[in-house]
Amino acid sequence: MSGRQRAGAATRAPDTEVGPAELAARYGLTVSGSRPGPAVYGRRLWSRRHFIAAFATARLNAMHTGARLGGLWQVITPLLNAAVYYLVFGLLLGTRHGTHGFVPFLCTGVFVFGFTQSAVLAGTRAVQGNLALIRALHFPRACLPLASTLLQLQQLLFSMAVLMVIVVASGEPVTARWLLVVPVLAAQSAFNAGLAMAVARIGARETDAAQLMPFAMRTWMYASGVFYDLRGLTEHAPGWAAALLNANPALLFIDLMRYALMDSVPRSGLPAHAWPLVLAWTAAVGAGGYLFFWQAEKEYGRG
Amino acid sequence: MAETRVPTVIADGLHIVYRVHGSAAGRGPAPSALGRLLRRRRSPAVREVHAVKGVSFTAYRGEAIGLIGSNGSGKSTLLRAVAGLLPPHEGRVYTDGQPALLGVNAALMNDLTGERNVVLGCLAMGMRPREVRECADDIVDFSGIDERGDFSSLPMRTYSSGMAARLRFAIAAAKTHDVLMIDEALATGDAGFRRRSQERVRELREQAGTVFLVSHSLGTIRETCERTIWLEAGVIRMDGPTDEVAGAYEEFARGR
Repeated sequence: MSGRQRAGAATRAPDTEVGPAELAARYGLTVSGSRPGPAVYGRRLWSRRHFIAAFATARLNAMHTGARLGGLWQVITPLLNAAVYYLVFGLLLGTRHGTHGFVPFLCTGVFVFGFTQSAVLAGTRAVQGNLALIRALHFPRACLPLASTLLQLQQLLFSMAVLMVIVVASGEPVTARWLLVVPVLAAQSAFNAGLAMAVARIGARETDAAQLMPFAMRTWMYASGVFYDLRGLTEHAPGWAAALLNANPALLFIDLMRYALMDSVPRSGLPAHAWPLVLAWTAAVGAGGYLFFWQAEKEYGRG
Repeated sequence: MAETRVPTVIADGLHIVYRVHGSAAGRGPAPSALGRLLRRRRSPAVREVHAVKGVSFTAYRGEAIGLIGSNGSGKSTLLRAVAGLLPPHEGRVYTDGQPALLGVNAALMNDLTGERNVVLGCLAMGMRPREVRECADDIVDFSGIDERGDFSSLPMRTYSSGMAARLRFAIAAAKTHDVLMIDEALATGDAGFRRRSQERVRELREQAGTVFLVSHSLGTIRETCERTIWLEAGVIRMDGPTDEVAGAYEEFARGR
């Protein structure tokens, strides 16, 4: 290699007389910290999959080490969440009249929306909160929002176990439809990962985002039929507003999960074109969030 | 023999600016923040630090280059930029492969155990799980944190600063690199660890093309490096043979 370079150099200007950029090109040096193409970036990300998994698991295990009940909180937290909403919307406001099987209906909504909510909130801090790690070690930065989403998925699996017990205890039968839980969760995970990467880039630059995001998420939650059946609203709304409300991806994930777990939810209870819409949302947000995050890959160390 | 020298790192008019949030709080936080928003002014709490101002140099294969300068002269920032960890504001750094930075400040996760940090650090550096399993024990042994009892199974926040620095150095040194940058790492730890780490650095140097060494100990620099760059307030003050540069720096330091 060096022999060929020397032979070539004899016909060109000596190294000492060319500019830095040309000298770098002559010896095949590359710009440090340059951004690879999206496909190469994806491969590098794949090669760090063990890091992503280990990072998420380590965080999950460290989360409750300070509390006496420890890992038990992973089961208690979703239960308490459901209990609070049941108290407010089921008993105080009486929303449950007219909604058949209110407890599983409510818990499914709370847990499924909670997955997206916590993935977004954790994603907002994924880059900003790990600046020291970013400035110390080399790895594709998308590892961080992906790990935070994986951590939320691991927590959701605890919630899902609790949810299945609740559903069965409330008298719903276990049917083959339960198998639909897997594709719904897979699609929601990809959707959440895309969303987490997008907000991670925003949160890395705009430190105010971490303060604003909870309000945005709460607004989204009330528009997603977590506590009440949204059909009461869409029936009287003008056509375009109803279509808009029914195309809400969070609502679609929640409705599909209710359909999967609760035998009392009929097929006709699903919004029109639920499955194609969910797949379109997942592809668009998953790929869009990835590309949006990748574009700023070089900038994350600056803070 | 100028033609046979192969460059490994080229810095071309490098400027580095980073933002620091929360450096100053204005009077009467809420009204003043609102006023700034209305007048479209930047918050005084965000300050830009211009740490490196137009640095250019070329490093060649087989060189060991010392980096000296007063505290806050931009040495560590420069190394981070060469490693591609901080984006340049202006100018460029060209490197041969992916440079590695061995620093005592390499942050790990304080709420996790030492063992867990070893595994995560190795995975983040791109090792495969099998390689990690093979070298994890060696890393803990090398750091010597288990000499006074089983510390590797305790969270890192319980470590003394010396122990944490030793573990971090041990993790970073577990991999071999083409361009190697060492930031003050040789100064930490007790005599035994210093000897072990100097040996390890010598090994790494033999495998690496180019070594950069930041240190406040001119003795270490003279021992290891034939060329030295003196950085002061973000600009290169001198770049040449270690004896000359270190002599001039000593004179400068005495004069202050």
